[in-house]
Amino acid sequence: MSLFDAIRIAVRAIVANRLRSLLTLLGLVIGVSSVIALIAVGQGTQKGVSDQIRGLGTDLIFIEPSAAATTQQGGGAAVLTTTLTHADAQAIAANGNPAISAVTSHITGETQAIAGANNVGAQSVFTFSNYAEVRDLEVATGSFIAPLHEEAGSLVAVLGSRVAETLYPSVDPIGQEVRLSFLAGRIVFAFTVIGVLEPVGGAAEADDQVFIPLLGLANRFRFLYTPTGEARVTQIDIQATPGADTEELKQQLTDLLLIRHNRTEPDFTVESQDDLLDAASEVANTLSILLGSIAGISLLVGGIGVMNIMLVSVTERTREIGIRRAVGATARDIVNQFVTEALALSVIGGLIGIVLGVVASLLVDGRTVGDQEMTTVIQAWSIAAAFGVAAGIGLLSGLYPAWRATIVDPIAALRNE
Amino acid sequence: MIRLQGVRKTFRAGESAIHALDGVDLEIERGEFVAIMGQSGSGKSTMMNIIGLLDRPDEGAYLLSGRDVAALDEHARARLRGSAFGFVFQSYSLLPRMNALEQVELPLIYQGVRNRRRRAAEALVRVGLADRIGHTPTQLSGGEQQRVAIARSLVVDPLVVLADEPTGALDTATGHEVMTLLSDLVDQQGMTLILVTHEPEVAAFAHRSVRMRDGQIIEDTGRSGAANAEGSAPIR
Repeated sequence: MSLFDAIRIAVRAIVANRLRSLLTLLGLVIGVSSVIALIAVGQGTQKGVSDQIRGLGTDLIFIEPSAAATTQQGGGAAVLTTTLTHADAQAIAANGNPAISAVTSHITGETQAIAGANNVGAQSVFTFSNYAEVRDLEVATGSFIAPLHEEAGSLVAVLGSRVAETLYPSVDPIGQEVRLSFLAGRIVFAFTVIGVLEPVGGAAEADDQVFIPLLGLANRFRFLYTPTGEARVTQIDIQATPGADTEELKQQLTDLLLIRHNRTEPDFTVESQDDLLDAASEVANTLSILLGSIAGISLLVGGIGVMNIMLVSVTERTREIGIRRAVGATARDIVNQFVTEALALSVIGGLIGIVLGVVASLLVDGRTVGDQEMTTVIQAWSIAAAFGVAAGIGLLSGLYPAWRATIVDPIAALRNE
Repeated sequence: MIRLQGVRKTFRAGESAIHALDGVDLEIERGEFVAIMGQSGSGKSTMMNIIGLLDRPDEGAYLLSGRDVAALDEHARARLRGSAFGFVFQSYSLLPRMNALEQVELPLIYQGVRNRRRRAAEALVRVGLADRIGHTPTQLSGGEQQRVAIARSLVVDPLVVLADEPTGALDTATGHEVMTLLSDLVDQQGMTLILVTHEPEVAAFAHRSVRMRDGQIIEDTGRSGAANAEGSAPIR
C-alpha cells in the first residue's frame, strides 16, 4: 500500500467521523496554540522588563539605602530615614576613579500636580542637572534643570510627557505655573515649567515623573535635608565608563561609602543594571516556565484525547479491520492505517494550533490588559516544539491502538457483525 | 490446486478441547464449484478459514498450487490471501460510507496494482452493478450489497472464491439470484468457487458437494457430482 493510499484512507476515516475528529482536533489545537501564545506572553514579559531596565541608561550602578527611604507622617512631622546624602554622591564623584564617568543622585516622593482645572498624580524627582544625561532622557521642548537653577534655588519643574499632556492638553506648558502638593497636601508650592521630556513609552516611569532641582530648596523643603543641612537622596546613580569592571567598581563604591558612613556592615545596597536585569530575567523566566508548563499540560491532555479516540475506533472498527485483513491487508498495513490516521489528526491539529497561537499572540501584542501593556514575542522554537510534541503524541497514541488492531483475529472480527 | 492432507485444528474452550478439524484430506481443482455442507459445528467454517489462509492448521499439510502454505507466517499469509483468494461472507462485509467502486478497489489497494478504478468498474459490470458504482451500502439492497462483495472477491482474479453462507442473509428469491450469478461466473468465466452452506437448495447449485460432521469429511460426491464414499478424492 502506498503512502498516498494510507493518507487517503486516514483522511476518509477522519472525515467520516466529523464530530469526533473535530473534538479530538480541538484538544490538540488548544494545546498547541496555548503553548505558542503563552510562551510568547512569557517571552514578551521578559523583553518588556529587560527593555525597561535597559531604558534606565547604560552601564549604570545604583546605590540605594537598605532601610528603604520612607516619608512617615506621624504627628504632622515628616521623617525621612535615608542615610544616603548628596555629599556621598559628591564624594564618589570627587574620588577620581577612572571607572566612573558620571554620578547623579535624587530623592523621590509622591506628589499631586495641579494646573488650572487639571491635576494628576505623579512621582516627584528632586535631582540634579546631570540626571537627564546619566538616565538618557531627551528634552522635547524647553530645557532640563540647569546649574543656574540649583544655585538660585529656583522653583522650576521639568515634566514627564504624560504629566505634561494631562495638565496642558491645549497650551504650551513652557512658562506655565504648576502647583505641586507634597505630603498629602501639607506642603504646596507653585513651580514654573521649564521643560517637557520626550515620551519614553512602554512601562517607563519617566513619563509620569516631575523633575525638580534638589539644591537650594533647604529653606522650603526642610524634610529633605539632614539636621546638618546635607541633602538626603534615595538613590545615587553612577554611570560606569564603558568597558569598566562593574564588579570591581561595586566593591570600591561599597568600601568608600562604608568609610563615609563609619560602618562595618553596609546600610545601603549597590546593584548594577546587569544585576537588575538578571533578577528580572529570572522572574520573567519563571513566569515563562510556569506558563509553558500549563500549556504543555493542556497539550498532553489533547494528546491523550487522540489516543482515546484511536482506541475507541479500534474497538468500533473491529469489523472493518477483519474485512481489510480478509481482502489482503497485512498487519503492517493495519498498523500503518491507524498510525497514519493518528498522525494526520495530530498534524492537522498542530497546524491549526500554530495558526491560532500565532494569531492570538499577534492580537494580544500591544494591547492593554488591566493597566498592563502586553508584549508578546513569538518564538520559533516554541512553534517547533509544540508541533513536534503534537506530532510525537500523535505517533505514540497511534502505535498502541494500531498494535491492538493487529491482534484482532480476522475471523472473530468478521463474525462480529 | 488445493490439497489438504491430514489437517487438524483444535480449539480449546477452558478444560475441554474441540476438534474442529480432525484429520481432513481434500483436493480441489481449478474451475470446480464445491459446496461444503454440514451442521454448525461440523468444522466447515474452520476448513474454509484454513483454505483461505485466515487460519492455520495445527497439524497436516496444505498445498496451494503445489506450494506448502501451512507454515507461512502471518505477513506472507496476508499477502497470499489478498492475491489468491476472494471472500464472500454471509453479511456482505462491506465497509460503511464507501461507495461500491471504492469497496471493490479495496483489495487492489493492498495489492498495490495499477488501473484500480478501471478494474473495479469491470468487476462491478461482471456482477451486473454497472449502474450502482457510486452507491454506498445503505443505498443498496441486500442482494446488491452481496453482489458488490462478489465483485470485490473477483477483482484480484483470485485462484479461488470462498463464499461462507452467501445467501444466509437474503430472502429466497434474492438468494437464488445471487447463486445464479455465482454459478454463471463459474460456468462462463472459469471461476473456482468453494461454497460453505448448510442449505441443500444452495448446495444444489454446486457441481460437487462435500459433507462434514464432527470435523471429518463424511461424504464427497467428487467432480462428477455422484456421491462417493467417505474420504475419497477426485482423480486428478
